[in-house]
Amino acid sequence: MPEEADLRDISRSEIIELNLGPHHPSTHGVFRAVVELDGEMVVDVVPHLGYLHRGYEKTCENKHYHQVIPLAERCDYMGASSNSLCYCLTLEKMLDVEVPERAQVIRVIMAELSRIFSHLFWLGTHGHDVGAMTPLFYMLREREEIMNLFELTAGGRLMPNYMRIGGLIRDLEEGFVERLQSFTEHFDRRVDEYETLLTKNAIYMDRTKGIGVLPLEEAIALGASGPMIRGSGLAWDIRKSEPYSGYEQYQFDVPVETGCDVYSRYLVRVAEMRQSNRILKQAIDRLPEGPIRAASPGVVFPPQEEIYTKMESLIHHFMLVVEGLKPLVGEYYQTIESARGEMGCYLVSDGGSKPYRLKWRAPAFVNLETLARMSRGYFFADLIAILSSIDIVLAEVDR
Amino acid sequence: MNQESIGEKLLAKFGPDVIRTAVTFRDQVAVTVAKERILDVCKFLKEDPELAFNFLSFVAGVDRYPETPRFEVVYQLYSLKRNHRFRIKALVEESEPGSAVIDSVASIWPTANWHERETAEMFGMTFRNHPDPRKLLLPEDWTCHPLRKDFPLYGTDEDTPDLRSKAGSQGI
Repeated sequence: MPEEADLRDISRSEIIELNLGPHHPSTHGVFRAVVELDGEMVVDVVPHLGYLHRGYEKTCENKHYHQVIPLAERCDYMGASSNSLCYCLTLEKMLDVEVPERAQVIRVIMAELSRIFSHLFWLGTHGHDVGAMTPLFYMLREREEIMNLFELTAGGRLMPNYMRIGGLIRDLEEGFVERLQSFTEHFDRRVDEYETLLTKNAIYMDRTKGIGVLPLEEAIALGASGPMIRGSGLAWDIRKSEPYSGYEQYQFDVPVETGCDVYSRYLVRVAEMRQSNRILKQAIDRLPEGPIRAASPGVVFPPQEEIYTKMESLIHHFMLVVEGLKPLVGEYYQTIESARGEMGCYLVSDGGSKPYRLKWRAPAFVNLETLARMSRGYFFADLIAILSSIDIVLAEVDR
Repeated sequence: MNQESIGEKLLAKFGPDVIRTAVTFRDQVAVTVAKERILDVCKFLKEDPELAFNFLSFVAGVDRYPETPRFEVVYQLYSLKRNHRFRIKALVEESEPGSAVIDSVASIWPTANWHERETAEMFGMTFRNHPDPRKLLLPEDWTCHPLRKDFPLYGTDEDTPDLRSKAGSQGI
């Protein structure tokens, strides 16, 4: 006669499936995962994507090259200017257009502000996910300041839509540099403040140290980039390894941590904000006078005043709007270091006025692939901390 | 290594039967390889100490409809050790529906898993020996492939019969 099984053993071996999301504050958008749990321990995580899939790449294939810029910004809305920068750089390489010095420096300012903007919101919501309510309110204060700066440049607060192929849409508003300067002057002290809330906080360290370990080899195999791979001990930053927009002329460090855990990623992002601020200060110092758009008739829009006064400029403007620009037949892959890692744009041109194929290498999409690897064997509550340490933007994941 | 010498190294190793064409545009080279040998070429690219392409940026598809072969599968590689990039392609033909097949490279670069799932559902290709051949972004019941060039951007139910509203499933 079979022995009666011990009730505790039965409950221990039972694996339950728990649905997480798609609507849940900790998923930062509409992300759904089916979590297999053994008691409170995570056995496996199966992500289900696509709740925010808008057919971005298909839409781009049916737009003129200039019309893609605002679409691109809607991919990673936390660092909108990085997206349009990546897209514009790709086309400038394809068209062989040289961007003027002043525009390059302003682009760096916008890209670094986007990085701080994105990291700030990440830090706030990440703190919130692990139970620290306070940081979010401080982060939103500085984030508001950056949004005001964006608003000054082109009107948009979240998505400025400021980059153009060959340069920028318009020059900086009067007073922008002064406001940016006052921001950079007090920002370092603000980062110190954030660090007093979390860096040596015993509860925060308990929740994040040794959690979500991603060894470097697996980070590389899974294609992780940005703070994910720098938190695993590899000093790889595209701004250093393949500089664009004149990044080789700025002095900044690449923060690296070797803990491979959630805490390391936190330290990397905080240190990155300080480095971005360093770049901003240098950019203000070296901001030269000059044009903000390349002079390439037929490819780059002519300045507004010329359209009203010169016949050729009017014709070029008209043709660009009606027919669009037409790059040579070819393909190009351009990468930049966005707040989340390697953001890439692979563009195939058939010589027409619309992209034949546009593949967006979204860093959050690839980084999310590491979630299952990082979560196995930890508590369910840790899964929330691990998920938020990836810093996903679902609009970019699903495209 | 620069782009040309990577292409030459590949050609010396595999010969013109496998390494078919190399197209240079601006400062980037794209090499087309025979799809039957894609695994061998990828393994070599990753394991050769001079090339050391240990990082796969993405796998993507391109639809050249109505040309034949119809599809390109694009692999964008990066070497974290050597700091160089390279792009290889394989041409895949679809003579009848469902016959566009190529080997999965997920065994070489695990990150290819999601990229290949996305490419498979968007273009209707099959990646042989893929560890997890489910759909990724699209609903399970869709049988259409939106990134194909003959898939309309917008239209009526007649233009997109696969998307027609069905009882019990969410329609468009």
